[in-house]
Amino acid sequence: MASGSSRSGLILFAVYLLLYGGFVAINAFAPNSMELTLISGLNVAIVYGFALIVGAVVLSALYGLLCGDLSRSSEDQEPQA
Amino acid sequence: MIYESSWQAIAIFFLFVGFTLGFSFWLGRKAKSSEGYFAAHGQIPWFVNGIAFAGDYLSAASFLGLCGMIAFYGYDGFLYSIGYLAGWIVALFVVAEPMKRLGKFTFADALDAQFNSRGIKLAAGISTLVVSVFYLIPQMVGAGALVTPLLGFEQWVGVVMVGTVVILIVVTAGMVSTTWVQFLKGALLVVFSAILTWMILQRGLEVADGGADGHKFRQLTIKHADFIDNDGSVGGQSDTQVLTAEDGWEKAKESFVRLRNTATAEVTVWLSRRSSEQPDADWILSEAQTLTLTSDGKKLVNGLPKGTKKGEPELHPVGYLTELPGGVRKTGPLSPIDFFRTLQQSQVVLWRNEKLTHTDGSTTTVFYPRITPGGQVLRPGEHPTFRGIRSEKFTDKINFLSLMLALFCGTASLPHILIRYYTVKDAGSARKSTIVGIASIGFFYVLTLYLGLGAMTSGELDVSDENMSAPLLAKGMNTWLFAAISAIAFTTVLGTVSGLILAAAGAVTHDLLSSVLRWKMSDTEKVRVARISSVFVGAIAIVLGILFQKMNPTFLVGWAFSVAASANLPSLVMILFWPRVTRQGIVAAIVVGMVSSMTWVLLSGESYSRVYGLDAADAIVPFSQPGILTIPLGFLTLIVVSLLTTPQPKISPTEATSH
Repeated sequence: MASGSSRSGLILFAVYLLLYGGFVAINAFAPNSMELTLISGLNVAIVYGFALIVGAVVLSALYGLLCGDLSRSSEDQEPQA
Repeated sequence: MIYESSWQAIAIFFLFVGFTLGFSFWLGRKAKSSEGYFAAHGQIPWFVNGIAFAGDYLSAASFLGLCGMIAFYGYDGFLYSIGYLAGWIVALFVVAEPMKRLGKFTFADALDAQFNSRGIKLAAGISTLVVSVFYLIPQMVGAGALVTPLLGFEQWVGVVMVGTVVILIVVTAGMVSTTWVQFLKGALLVVFSAILTWMILQRGLEVADGGADGHKFRQLTIKHADFIDNDGSVGGQSDTQVLTAEDGWEKAKESFVRLRNTATAEVTVWLSRRSSEQPDADWILSEAQTLTLTSDGKKLVNGLPKGTKKGEPELHPVGYLTELPGGVRKTGPLSPIDFFRTLQQSQVVLWRNEKLTHTDGSTTTVFYPRITPGGQVLRPGEHPTFRGIRSEKFTDKINFLSLMLALFCGTASLPHILIRYYTVKDAGSARKSTIVGIASIGFFYVLTLYLGLGAMTSGELDVSDENMSAPLLAKGMNTWLFAAISAIAFTTVLGTVSGLILAAAGAVTHDLLSSVLRWKMSDTEKVRVARISSVFVGAIAIVLGILFQKMNPTFLVGWAFSVAASANLPSLVMILFWPRVTRQGIVAAIVVGMVSSMTWVLLSGESYSRVYGLDAADAIVPFSQPGILTIPLGFLTLIVVSLLTTPQPKISPTEATSH
């Protein structure tokens, strides 16, 4: 299980790295595009920033599922816990 | 500002701290063995450990520093939130399970699992100590910032109080009580921040001329001719004289105007700008505030001695909007999305400051308003740390990339986070507790943006202290809420600091004394030595906390992350993924990463201006965040040195190749 879960871990890691890298790159090299309105009056900075946070939670939960923590850990994802 | 303590605040505060201490002592009775003291016998349930991760991580820096930065500069503080959380992805996907499989008590254990080398223990032990101390500084600064408005003490008293209480906790207890205390604090902090966010949204946004004390900041529009003739009246106000800019005022970067009332001799300071580019355009003067520190140590507010009670001279609180979309004065309750949407189309008054030095050695800090479009508040690039992204200079952009890289790599290299993997029973539990940690920390970081922007528009901000923004926001809502939030934040500082001191004490006892110097210690002796080292580390933290008290904790945490990532991450990652690693490679990588990143930080412009009081432009290094150079340097050193040295037979090859 160790190698299976670590492989899926590395794939998910790569996905997140791309997301995060994209965010950092836009900030560094095209900062003005962070101001553009994206959806429902919210700008890129807000939408992308929130997506990175929600994305981290979703990917980690997904990883938990892939590693077989399905039944118990998924119900504990409620953040207020 | 003048901080008056309220009895509710003090009551709740002592109740909280008392309960925490009592709880901690009660749990600590059981921790007699070193196994229990350092690793809670590996018996902590994963869920509790996960929330305790949040408790460890959401420290003074997260709560006070982030909210303060967002309240004064907008979106920029949220960049830290994003980076802090992203780091957990590295911790979960790369580090969590192997750490748990390889080690026993400390980070050095995990690195050394295959080698049994004193060199590795020594290098890793020292790096743990250094990173812990670097990370301790902002926690202590934050603690001091919290105690001031709550109990009305000076900041250094707060630092000494935290230091003492934490030393007590760590000395009497150990990892079991530290964990449970963190669990409690992590959970309460998230819940109360959610309540506060809900209240911010219910309150909505409102247009005002000043902060909560009712002072209306004035703005004068003066005809060009009337302004320059200096005939004893300015803008229709007789008895008013424009003072010549001299004695330090001529060096101001912003254009300030001082007006003197010839009848009362009162001097007021204004920020001036022209209404247009025309040569005869009107002058617009906006009222500023000043805080003067005289050469004999007295404080003057707007030229008058600073008061100690309400009604006496003090800096006025700020944090208001001048305009809402559609010309309305007040929005009423807003949805989480409408909150941003409305703010984006509003005008916010942000306060900036400039410090001037006079010939007699006294200094004046001028706080001046700047009306800022909401769209600018909700984009990155306002804070000095992040302004570089809008610069044409490449080194400024590098500084930003470097910081974001350090945040990404730093979390998984922090000793007090790493030791938490030893408190659960197996690799699966390590993984599950990290997932719980990510969920609760992520949720909290979403709230930081609301809390910070809520503080920005609360009318409660202290222009002279951005770290106070979150507690003052709560104070404006409700005294009890303020007391609860402050007590939780304070006890969270206690918990984080205890975790760090415990990590440092573990490194000293377990890695340095026992493994490197080969001290023969019985189990009880180990615990005793760890307690003695805790006292020393705690004392160092108190001193540093007082020295660095004016810096934003979030900024300091950024540095701690850089040092942690540069020193620890290369060996941690390579040992998992590259079988050719040698012990010399690991030692070299830790030493090079640690020394290079620390040296860089100490030679940076930020250190020059904020720590040594020198001109930042004289700094030797071109940008202040080292990560982008020193993290790869650590990896490179490890690879080169490993290739140049002969690999030794590994102690447990199955472990080594399983990854």
